[in-house]
Amino acid sequence: MKNLFKKPKTLWMFLGVFLLAAFLTIGSCSRRTALKQDKGGAAEAATLTYVAPGDLDEYYLFYSGGHSGNVYVAGVPSMRHIATIPVFAKYPATGYGFDKETKEMLGEYEWGDVHHPALSETKGDYDGRWLFVNDNGNNRVARIDLRDFKTKQILGPVPNVSGFHGGAFVTPNSEYVLAASRFSIPLPKGTAASVEEYASKYKGVVSGIAIKPDSGEMSVGWQVLMPPYNYDLGDAGKGPSDGWAFWTTYNTEKAIGKLEVTSTQRERDYIVAVNWKEVEKAVQAGKTQVIDGVPVIDPVQTPGLVYLIPCSKSPHGVDVSPDGKWIIGSGKLQSITTAYSVEKMLAAIAAKNFSGEEDGLPILNYDAVKEAEVNVGLGPLHTQFDNQGNAYTSLFVESAVAKWKLGTWEVLDKIPITYNIGHLATAEGDTVDPDGKFLVALNKLSHGTHLNVGPSQPESTQLIGIESEKMKLLYNAFTEPEPHYAQIVKADKLKPIEVYQKEENKNPNAIWDINDAKAERTGDGVTVKTVLVRSTITPTAIEVNQGDKVTIHLTNIEQTTDELHGFGLLEYNINVVVDPGETKTIEFVANKPGVYAYYCTNFCSALHQEMQGYLVVKPK
Amino acid sequence: MDNEKAIETEGTEATQNWLRRFIVRKYDFLEQPLPLVSRLLIIIAAVTLLAVFFFPLWNMTFFSNQYTDGLMLDIYAYRLEGAKTPNRDDLREINSLNHYIGMRPLLESDFSEFVWLPFAVGGLMLLALRAVVLGKMSKLVDVFVLFVYFSLYSFWSFYYRLHSYGHNLDPTAAIKVEPFTPPLFGEQVVGNFTVYSYPDTASYAFFVYGILLFAAIAWAWRGNKRALAAAEA
Repeated sequence: MKNLFKKPKTLWMFLGVFLLAAFLTIGSCSRRTALKQDKGGAAEAATLTYVAPGDLDEYYLFYSGGHSGNVYVAGVPSMRHIATIPVFAKYPATGYGFDKETKEMLGEYEWGDVHHPALSETKGDYDGRWLFVNDNGNNRVARIDLRDFKTKQILGPVPNVSGFHGGAFVTPNSEYVLAASRFSIPLPKGTAASVEEYASKYKGVVSGIAIKPDSGEMSVGWQVLMPPYNYDLGDAGKGPSDGWAFWTTYNTEKAIGKLEVTSTQRERDYIVAVNWKEVEKAVQAGKTQVIDGVPVIDPVQTPGLVYLIPCSKSPHGVDVSPDGKWIIGSGKLQSITTAYSVEKMLAAIAAKNFSGEEDGLPILNYDAVKEAEVNVGLGPLHTQFDNQGNAYTSLFVESAVAKWKLGTWEVLDKIPITYNIGHLATAEGDTVDPDGKFLVALNKLSHGTHLNVGPSQPESTQLIGIESEKMKLLYNAFTEPEPHYAQIVKADKLKPIEVYQKEENKNPNAIWDINDAKAERTGDGVTVKTVLVRSTITPTAIEVNQGDKVTIHLTNIEQTTDELHGFGLLEYNINVVVDPGETKTIEFVANKPGVYAYYCTNFCSALHQEMQGYLVVKPK
Repeated sequence: MDNEKAIETEGTEATQNWLRRFIVRKYDFLEQPLPLVSRLLIIIAAVTLLAVFFFPLWNMTFFSNQYTDGLMLDIYAYRLEGAKTPNRDDLREINSLNHYIGMRPLLESDFSEFVWLPFAVGGLMLLALRAVVLGKMSKLVDVFVLFVYFSLYSFWSFYYRLHSYGHNLDPTAAIKVEPFTPPLFGEQVVGNFTVYSYPDTASYAFFVYGILLFAAIAWAWRGNKRALAAAEA
């Protein structure tokens, strides 16, 4: 070493390498520092988001799990993930998709793409009864009952709807869940036509999925035949705009191929305004054709139902303000968002102030319906509202949230987001009576702002305080894909149960006494009535013959909170979890001879490990 | 008075004299009519006993880290009632937990008390009212003595219940514990539970019933003594 440094050349070389390394280190350090948020308000942020052990969050956050098929539930302001509600995919953790009922509900599909959870409303405010979610992947819509946070109905694939994206948005009294085709196709489904014939043979639809007011039961109400555009997001009017539904469109070029180019050639696309109350009347008047079992209205033949409102190109969100007076729409490649006046829209319709028509539908004169263009920043996507008359618009390209004032149309504040915010949710921000307080940014990219978990990185959600003039970043959370959209509801609006009362269990196969637990042979099968209670699965052994159709009814007879019991059956690909007071049924054919253990999969008690039994399948 | 004269004429030994006087006085006391105040006190006592049909006799509460709000068991004269919320059925829960140490489940059908206790309480009420109507001290003393006997027997019976539940443990139970008697009165640690056992409203009603009957006796006694004193003077 001594000799090495005596040589001036070597010394310089070492120095050079050292300096280069130093520069690189400093460089990367400063980059890291730039990524970090200001820590000045750390104590305040920590206090605002700290929910002490035993204390409860103030709000529920329901956010979509995208192509996981789930809905996630977190608390605000702690941002802690509390529960996962499986909807469109099997979920062994709760046994969803393994028992008879949920298996039938899921049908043949193994995935779904949850985009837009929508809480049921009464008079335009959340009533805490149901949460509706769409499946963009397989054109379905589901209802989650907020009494027990379970998926109760999956409707679909909905006829004629292709890419159920423009939903599930609800009308102010939950009359309808709205749905629209993202991808126009030839109708009815099953019809094949070359993409070259896209403009003439392909059709879009917007639909009203009718909701039964007492049970929440969904059925396809009606559909409106639309030109072959792509329909993106929607919102229902309220107050002065009640009775209207709005959807954004892209590709009004009716182009095919590389849409990134072909669908962005015109400077304007449309927001379509659909008068759903008039549609209802037209349906009752029988002005429909039936396509795939659904009454469908052609708005070209029945005018007065659908109007096109020009909007800067490729818009994503369209949002109605809490008072129902303004419709906010944004082209996602522009730097402005447009506020349209509902009053002016109605006047323009009455005066037939059209700038032309396209595909037989009247186009409202942009200048006649526009109230203001707000210079929010680059890439506005989605707007939500607070209780002070402010609007918050997410800016995907700019990766920021802009706060601006309804009425004066001035931009008040902006906050950077890490990274690339898609949608945002404010507390009760899409109701007639928003709470303000909190905003949750649902971000598409997290870019390693978390502990490194390899290339498959989670998405990020950020909690932003919006109580004061300046928005304040309070908390970063990371979520599984894909937080498309969320709803924030005051916790006291929900009244969930924790135990199914014995009295309410009307399942004819429920039993409540271990002495009633038994296996019975019925023709070619065996039916077992089973009791799950700490810490035994009764019966503890079941004997069947190979080839038997086995039906096992499982009743968890516990009547206390959180005493869940599971039933996992080895090598038969079965696991269900039964909640206290619940009865579930599993069915399978015992086609494999041998002895297969079953056991309680959901930890229950000190002797949980002992909660097991054997299925003996005697060979033929 | 004639009696006393007769005794005096025979008058021999002092002790014999005293004993006779005692018996005669007691006889007079028991035969005496009940004054209005005593009768009113007995009516109140009988009405108080109605509480037994509406309120629990005893309450046991079981606290642990998992049940910081306590599992609650109310014992009525005619049934067992665990606290029941939409989220928890405490009686079911207590039985679920007890089965690990092999304790028999608390079943209403196992308690013969639930049949005879309400019947006996009704009897005590009727006998009290009988004393009011017949208005004789002896009838009142009958009820009071019956009450004392009944209370002691019920107390013993309750203790015996607890004792047998805690001692007749299933030898095949998962958790072997030394036989024990759950607390009749006060606080006791059983496993991971701290159990509190105290009388409840109906027991207090019983107590008040007894006190009122005693007060009715005392009132009549005092009145009688005064009347005697006045007569002698």
